[in-house]
Amino acid sequence: MTDLGSSQSEGRASALLAFLWKAIKLLATIAVTFLGLLLVTFLISHVIAVDPVLAVVGDRASQATYDKMFIEMGLDRPLYEQFFIYVEKVLSGDFGKSFLTKKYVIDDIARAFPATLELATLAIIIGTAFGVPLGIISAVKAGKPIDQIVRIIGLIGYSAPIFWLGLLGLLVFYAKLDWISGPGRIDIAYEYSISPGTGMLLVDSALQGQWEAFGNAFSHIILPASLLGYNAMAYISRMTRSFMLTELAQEYVTTARVKGVPEWRIIWVHALRNAAVPLVTVIAFSYGGLLEGSVLTETVFAWPGLGLYLTNSLQVADMNAVLGGTLVIGAIFVGLNLLSDLLYNVLDPRVRRRGGKP
Amino acid sequence: MLLRARLLAAVAVTTLCLFTPAVLTAETPTDTIIQAWTLDDMISLDPAEVFEFSASEILGNSYEAIIGYDLKDVSKIFGVVADTWTMSADGKTMSFTIKQGKKFASGNPMTAKDVVFSLVRAVKLDKSPAFILGQFGLTADNVDAMVKQTGDYSFDFTMDQAYAPTFLLYCLTATVASVVDEKLAMENAVDGDFGYNWLKTNYAGSGAFTIREWRANESVVMERNDNYDGPKPAMARAIYRHIPEAATQRLLLEKGDIDVARDLLPEEIAALSANPDITIDTGVKGTIFYLALNQKNEFLGKSEVREAMKYLVDYQAIADTILKGKVAVHQTFLPKGFLGELDSNPYSLNVEKAKELLAAAGLPDGFTVTMDTRNTPDVTAVAQAVQQTMALAGIKLEIIPGDGGQTLEKYRARTHDIYIGNWGPDYQDPHTNATFARNPDNSDTPAAKPLAWRNAWVIPELTAKADAAVLETDGEKRAAIYRELQDEHQKTSPFVIMFQESEVAAIRSNVKGYIIGPSFNDNSFRGVTKE
Repeated sequence: MTDLGSSQSEGRASALLAFLWKAIKLLATIAVTFLGLLLVTFLISHVIAVDPVLAVVGDRASQATYDKMFIEMGLDRPLYEQFFIYVEKVLSGDFGKSFLTKKYVIDDIARAFPATLELATLAIIIGTAFGVPLGIISAVKAGKPIDQIVRIIGLIGYSAPIFWLGLLGLLVFYAKLDWISGPGRIDIAYEYSISPGTGMLLVDSALQGQWEAFGNAFSHIILPASLLGYNAMAYISRMTRSFMLTELAQEYVTTARVKGVPEWRIIWVHALRNAAVPLVTVIAFSYGGLLEGSVLTETVFAWPGLGLYLTNSLQVADMNAVLGGTLVIGAIFVGLNLLSDLLYNVLDPRVRRRGGKP
Repeated sequence: MLLRARLLAAVAVTTLCLFTPAVLTAETPTDTIIQAWTLDDMISLDPAEVFEFSASEILGNSYEAIIGYDLKDVSKIFGVVADTWTMSADGKTMSFTIKQGKKFASGNPMTAKDVVFSLVRAVKLDKSPAFILGQFGLTADNVDAMVKQTGDYSFDFTMDQAYAPTFLLYCLTATVASVVDEKLAMENAVDGDFGYNWLKTNYAGSGAFTIREWRANESVVMERNDNYDGPKPAMARAIYRHIPEAATQRLLLEKGDIDVARDLLPEEIAALSANPDITIDTGVKGTIFYLALNQKNEFLGKSEVREAMKYLVDYQAIADTILKGKVAVHQTFLPKGFLGELDSNPYSLNVEKAKELLAAAGLPDGFTVTMDTRNTPDVTAVAQAVQQTMALAGIKLEIIPGDGGQTLEKYRARTHDIYIGNWGPDYQDPHTNATFARNPDNSDTPAAKPLAWRNAWVIPELTAKADAAVLETDGEKRAAIYRELQDEHQKTSPFVIMFQESEVAAIRSNVKGYIIGPSFNDNSFRGVTKE
């Protein structure tokens, strides 16, 4: 923008063009990503040697029954044809029915996903609320005992099998101390008192003002969410520490110190503001990982989420369900990616000004 | 990896339980029974389709079949919906009358029309269990003529041959012979589906409980049926919770948040048996555990090798350790409790004898063979035990792990060497397990593929004998044929039959009257009371 002679309207037009171009590029990327995702999932699930027909008709069915179902499921057609039929349907908004539950995949997912969403959201809040401050303290006190302690806590969270921690947590906090409720999302007594809305029990009960049910749902979710949050915290605190160490070694920090800016301000405002940019991506992807659902956690806590649904479907090669679930997860990642790009814009002035990447 | 983590976790829980004070207990409501079970096999609630363990049990408590039997002595048959029955002179048509005054949960009265409708729709829908009725020559085209209403409370069931009457009656005890409320089902029928799409998730029966709701992979909620004409259940509600993890089930049970845990592992059962608040209940089930030796394999095809392998399994040790409390040693193809059962377990681990047999087969140094093994803890552990004992005679067994679908697919395509698996009877008649001893057509594309076919075992004589048994109308003679069949089968077959399953449930001690029956649809909580 050195040519001071160009008119403002021209500038605005070119900015609009640039924006449009960016939007088109983004849409094309998303479309290719989804198509690729579907294709790979489709192919993988066709090379694994599991017969989806058997899952539906059972081992004892007669050959005639088997053959009828084989054709009903469209498996007699060539692979590419099956794929195109599927993509065509998806484009018209039809994700098909699960072979196994015979329900619409979209309904199945609408049931399983809120359970996962609720758990993952609480977990990422816990993970971030503890992970970021711990990472900062660790970076500021690098090498000191407190840094070592934080790192050991992180290491345990990162390496201990969540399955194992989950069972121990249940044993201690549920069975022995009676501080929390056991596996499942809510006690049977409250099961039918909340009318379905978002599918997230904490949100629904709060909206309906049913605070007793809310408390019960909370006492069910707090342990699995804390464990998943602990796992996320381990990663977030490690990354925060490393980003902060980089920032604290920058010249602007030295300058600020020379100018006499209070230390807390240097750490929590100046350095953190800059470390926040890559940290957003880290947190977004941790969240994405949590939203995929965690099979092991869901198994231990009898949590009917997306992870269990997808694993069950994959084990019997229930194609529509697997592809539908994959699409949802793909959409989550694309969405979170966009969101973190957007946050970049807010957090990093350079991105705003240049309209490019930092 | 997963298995190791689970074992570690189970050990950790057990250890911690030992060193910490007793679990604080809660209690379930006094008019509700809550069970924890793995419900991920459920695909339907329609009696014409249900064939899975969990759903069979749920239907057994919510629908009434045409015929029933005494759970303690399955040879005693009685009518549930049926009142009387008489066979025609040619032995092909059974005339039934049904009990009058029965009502469905909906309030609709039950007549012979409902019974005929239920059988006809099962055959026409042709889902997994339809073959149980198909065995009598019923097809979608002829069933309207073969199963006919003859009055308000009577109908005729015609068969294509004069089968043993007990064979028909036992088949009418199966879930597929449950009586469905025709009026209610047809009100919800779409495009001539006999209400199938509706019944997949809804209920139209007359049993002790109604099914209020099924949430896939979450729960099943049942309620007492006030129209039921049998003894009124003490429980107003029966709830199943899908709890896939055994250690979690144990915690819930000890805490008192559930009344019955259904999937505990032997070490958990052992740990709980010392707890006075918990009772361990066991019932003999019909499931048989076996090794199948594919006769297409050059080594396994030799008769001496087949026999040698029967001496290379340490039956008792496996039953006493790995599968403790869950099985009993059993080496014939008919489960204990069936007509024609044969109590004969001649094989035990005998390495010397096996070596002799292998030498006679020209294989003194043994050979290498693979075994497709489902990757569940139980099956894997048994496979490893068998691997060790086979090695003592020089047989190198390579275990190929896979999930249930993968191993079954290979087995059905006859591309395995050895398959380790189990077989549960489909109904209480011995013919259900004749699959071990029948192979009418060994070509690659036969009409039926019994277990003998899956192992390419060509046995025209045994097949003829098994087919004769199902036509024998004299019960005693019929039983004698099955005993002969099993005797020969035990000596010559490519099946190393090892165990018969016992089902174990851990139950809170204040819960009385829970019954573990011989078949899955016999498991009953209808008579449960709480103290």
